[in-house]
Amino acid sequence: MYHKEKSIQIKNSASALYNNLSVLRIAPRRLTHFTVVHANMVNMVSASWDGLNYTHRQLQSKEPNVATSTSLIMQAAFCVLPSRDLLVVTSQKGIQMYESDGSIMVYWHALDTPETPTAQAVFARGIAAVYENYICVGVSSGAILVFDVPSKGSNITLSEVLEEHKESITDMASECSGSQECIANLVTADDGGNLCVWKSGEEFQLLNKIPGFDMSCSSVKLWKGTVVAGYGTGQIRLYEAVTGILHAEINAHARWIYSVDVAPFSGLLLSAAEDSLVRVWHMTITPETNSVEVAHLHNECVTDTQICGAKFCDGDGYAFAVTGYDLSEIIRYIQS
Amino acid sequence: MSSRTLPLLFINLGGEMLYILDQRLRAQNIPADKAKKVSAIPGWIEADRKRVMNDIITTMFNKKFLEELFKPQELYSKKALRTVFDRLAHASIMRLNQASMDKLYDLMTMAFKYQVLLCPRPKDILLVSFNHMDAIKDFVKDTPSILSQVDETYRQLIEMYTPLSSGEFQLIRQTLLIFFQDMHIRVSIFLKDKVQNSNGRFVLPTSGPVPHGTQVPGLIRIFSCTGEEITRLKFNNGGNYTTALREGSFDIFGDRVTKLGTNMYSVSRPVETHMSGTAKNSAQHTKVSAAPNPLAKEELNLLARLMGGLEVQKPGNTDTDFRINLFATDEEEEEALISRPDELSYGVINIQATKDQQANAELAKIMGEFTESGDQSPSVSNKGDDLLAMMDGL
Repeated sequence: MYHKEKSIQIKNSASALYNNLSVLRIAPRRLTHFTVVHANMVNMVSASWDGLNYTHRQLQSKEPNVATSTSLIMQAAFCVLPSRDLLVVTSQKGIQMYESDGSIMVYWHALDTPETPTAQAVFARGIAAVYENYICVGVSSGAILVFDVPSKGSNITLSEVLEEHKESITDMASECSGSQECIANLVTADDGGNLCVWKSGEEFQLLNKIPGFDMSCSSVKLWKGTVVAGYGTGQIRLYEAVTGILHAEINAHARWIYSVDVAPFSGLLLSAAEDSLVRVWHMTITPETNSVEVAHLHNECVTDTQICGAKFCDGDGYAFAVTGYDLSEIIRYIQS
Repeated sequence: MSSRTLPLLFINLGGEMLYILDQRLRAQNIPADKAKKVSAIPGWIEADRKRVMNDIITTMFNKKFLEELFKPQELYSKKALRTVFDRLAHASIMRLNQASMDKLYDLMTMAFKYQVLLCPRPKDILLVSFNHMDAIKDFVKDTPSILSQVDETYRQLIEMYTPLSSGEFQLIRQTLLIFFQDMHIRVSIFLKDKVQNSNGRFVLPTSGPVPHGTQVPGLIRIFSCTGEEITRLKFNNGGNYTTALREGSFDIFGDRVTKLGTNMYSVSRPVETHMSGTAKNSAQHTKVSAAPNPLAKEELNLLARLMGGLEVQKPGNTDTDFRINLFATDEEEEEALISRPDELSYGVINIQATKDQQANAELAKIMGEFTESGDQSPSVSNKGDDLLAMMDGL
């Protein structure tokens, strides 16, 4: 179904972090940006679609006016809003937002880091762009910071802090089907496997809480009102977001899942784990009849690699890219 | 990231170090009735070997040292941790040349990297730690005073780690993996056992038992809105998995089930590392540790507590120096030192116990806690330079 394409070399190897690959497709310029986190650095490579041009850039986790930083980065993700695209980088010290090509930092938010380290680690993790002009970021305390983003400029403000989760935020996702009819447009996940479903607005509304089983949910997506969640046990579960009804449970992987992704136009689902496997599935979701179908389509084994990031490169799922711990390349696959 | 990683890193690396030293000491063993110098390296009689192991384990589990270790803190830089282990390895009559120390450290780190990667669940790193602890306990089973220190450490490990969630353990594991990032030194025992490839990367099998708490992949279940299972679909998982084994014990005593962290060395299996072929990989070696570390002071506190246990070094006397060589011959050891690629040098902070009384004052206080048998200690003066300043001067 898929075959391997030429890999893209990156300047450093990928670190073992959840969701350690972000992809931004820029059709008008016929190029795609990829970001991969390595310790305290973000490796960004922009690949032209003709395969001839690769530009590299490295961003460090850095507070403004501080010469050096050894703050480790937890995640880097592109945020696509109606008016602009931003690259958000979360670390132990705070949250940075850049223009999507990584050229300028437009905003910095510092976390409350204690003077001497505490037993509970402090960091930001979990990033999502939410309708209409919000960027949400999770924190190790369980709090979710909601930033209001103007259509241009750096006047980004912290609009709200959502305090519902009691454990560290792992990942979050906004409704990606493009449909305006979905009531819920954000799902957030934490280290206990608990999921919160929200509706965005001037004040975010908590629509539902889906309890976990003391097993971390490391990666989550929201599509057509359905939460797709990947867990440390290797299971994937599909829940109806607003009601919490469990529609499907897949014993998908033999190790901790590090990434799930959905291709919104086709319903393809991508899952990747520490077990070296990337799997492609197909979901059929009919909200009107409340029916969900899942079929397994394809496996790819990245030999001797613990995968830490996997994303579709386009909305149809025609191509996907994968990163692995200690690997200095982005492996790509396209449909045969 | 996780501020609870250092104790696990230290104990597991320390455990591996003890396995290797024990193996080398036994390999260089000369039966008691033939105990005379037969080569440049004096032979080790059993009493000396036990003494070396006891001395190192005593230092490793010193109460004050462990107190500092178990405090919440970021991981040390590679350089600082290497220096701590340098000092630890020299906490006895045993001496190691630079090349042997480098090799020892390579083996220790690659072994623990392997164990961390192969752990089926992040929580299993604790079982690996208990395997090391169990072996250490066995090394000192005849010495009650050290035994009680080891038991105390078990209790601290259990107290700190058993309440942690799976997610918190994964954070610890991710922190360790950042520490071990880009290390691909080839270890011959791993190559022979086919757990490491010739490019230095470890083999991750897609077969065998799944972790405790995980189901064998291959099943899709669809449920109705009322919670009944409507469909069951099977799929090919592309591997050869079996159901999970029983869970290992997280108590002071018990069957840990996993073999990771047990002693894989024996007298007949000499351990070699290969330097060639790793230079290419280390080109991507992270430069994170090059940045000035705002936590340098904390690292040095730990160092100081260890250093307090050092006797002031007399000029080397080959008759009484007990040197251990991790290579087959002296020539090999020298060759290894010369040919070690620059990128793989650990940049060890060379700290010698100085004869400067003032500088030693701060250390002397701590030394008091370490010294068992009243070894000579520099005269104590109450004023001392700031520890950091002293380190800067070295």
